[in-house]
Amino acid sequence: MRAWRGGIVPVVLLALAEIGFRLRAGPSDSLAPPSRAIAALLSILGDGSLLFGSAQTLGSLLAGLALGSLAGLGAGIVLASSELLRRLSFLSIEMLRPIPSVALLPLSLLIFGFGYGMEIAVIAFATFWPSLILSHSAVGQIEPRLMEVARLLRLSRWQTAAKIILPAAAPRLMTALRLAAGLALVVAVTAEIVSNPQGLGHDLMIAQETLRPERMFAVLFWVGLIGWGKNAALLRLERWLFAHRGDVDTSIAA
Amino acid sequence: MTLHRLPTSVLGVLGLLALVLLWHLVTAAGLVSKAFLPSPAATVDALVWGFRKGDLIGQLAATTLRMLNGWLLASIGAIALGSLIGISPTARVYLRPTLAFARSLPASAVIPIAISLVGLGGSMVLGVIVFGSVWPTLLATVQGFANVEPRLKDVAQVLRLSRLAYVGKIGLPNAVPDILAGMRLSLTIALILAVIGEMLSGQAGLGSAILLAARAFRAPDLYAGLVLLGLVGFLSSYGLVCAERRATRWRQAATR
Repeated sequence: MRAWRGGIVPVVLLALAEIGFRLRAGPSDSLAPPSRAIAALLSILGDGSLLFGSAQTLGSLLAGLALGSLAGLGAGIVLASSELLRRLSFLSIEMLRPIPSVALLPLSLLIFGFGYGMEIAVIAFATFWPSLILSHSAVGQIEPRLMEVARLLRLSRWQTAAKIILPAAAPRLMTALRLAAGLALVVAVTAEIVSNPQGLGHDLMIAQETLRPERMFAVLFWVGLIGWGKNAALLRLERWLFAHRGDVDTSIAA
Repeated sequence: MTLHRLPTSVLGVLGLLALVLLWHLVTAAGLVSKAFLPSPAATVDALVWGFRKGDLIGQLAATTLRMLNGWLLASIGAIALGSLIGISPTARVYLRPTLAFARSLPASAVIPIAISLVGLGGSMVLGVIVFGSVWPTLLATVQGFANVEPRLKDVAQVLRLSRLAYVGKIGLPNAVPDILAGMRLSLTIALILAVIGEMLSGQAGLGSAILLAARAFRAPDLYAGLVLLGLVGFLSSYGLVCAERRATRWRQAATR
């Protein structure tokens, strides 16, 4: 597949938007032509405000993702190693998991106040569940003979986890991390749009409230670029790390 | 141990009860401030009181309807558009990168644009739900069409099926499992966006109810809203899983 063909559609759409905007008389408070959005993007890249906002958003994202996915991984391994615990907890998990993480924003604000804490807590909650489910199933799909080896060698639980479970389940765990990272970006930006006054989401909201559509589109494009770039980078890392095993699951290219 | 012999459903209920008991003990011991974590009894009281007054029923219905409306609109649009893109390999090559980019855009990030275009209202929320929940189903439909068994395509050619007949008789049935999986993801997104939209626009619903409860430090009402949202999410995705099983039964039977 030649890559340039994928680029035609967005270029044509942008050109049409530009032409449409030029033909239409008068300024607008809610829309801006692509040319002005590009100029705005360059200007906020130049004065550092975009990078500052990105650092705030990505900082919360990384902290929340680390907390949520590590806790999810731990819980997933525990559940996979104990049938009784799994059966005891499945209903509770199924009841807690569907609570939309954004519904916790008001509560998190109540507990932590404005700042990194509330955002990190909600991101951690949101990424915990997919990490738990996916790492549970990843551990469940480990070749049973490997577990027999662990038993034969009389490895302790810790040793089994470090020497057998984690390496064997690594490719699937990486996929889980990629999905959780996508979710984390959505939750981070949402938290900033809804309540937390920092980061890219807040920049978007301010641009809208101060009637600067060109800046709004510039930040929106930047957010999309971050999401797309992060996903592509993680996918590439996954392929690079596990290509030799030949069992990278790229079907879930979220 | 005899616990092992109990059926899984009983064990699940036991686990849930243990969790509620733990919740009760934590609040009874005063480990966490009541402003952040009300007791289970207070939450149940808030639920009962809310339903008796009638507030919660209305909010529950508003949020659920918003979610379903947006989801249905998005699903219909996604399946139609996905079929159009799906039957043409050329369209797929040209459109895939654009779709992938649009999909990686957090749906909530378009809310500011929707507000400045449409204003703070119910239609803005609906529009954002549709925009956000269209992608999983759309991409799943395209995927389903792309994975049609090549021999089935040959069959269609031999039978000289028209494009429409190909979509109806081969493409869509083949894509059903993909489409349903996409629709399940879309429904989750629709609920999330309904809640966000209500929080930002003040439209009646569980989202704005939770926000108001938090601002007034009425923690039991807040938890009552969370419980209901969890139930809506649980029941809707459970319903779809059942529908998925039913709709793909023929396939399992065929591969057996």
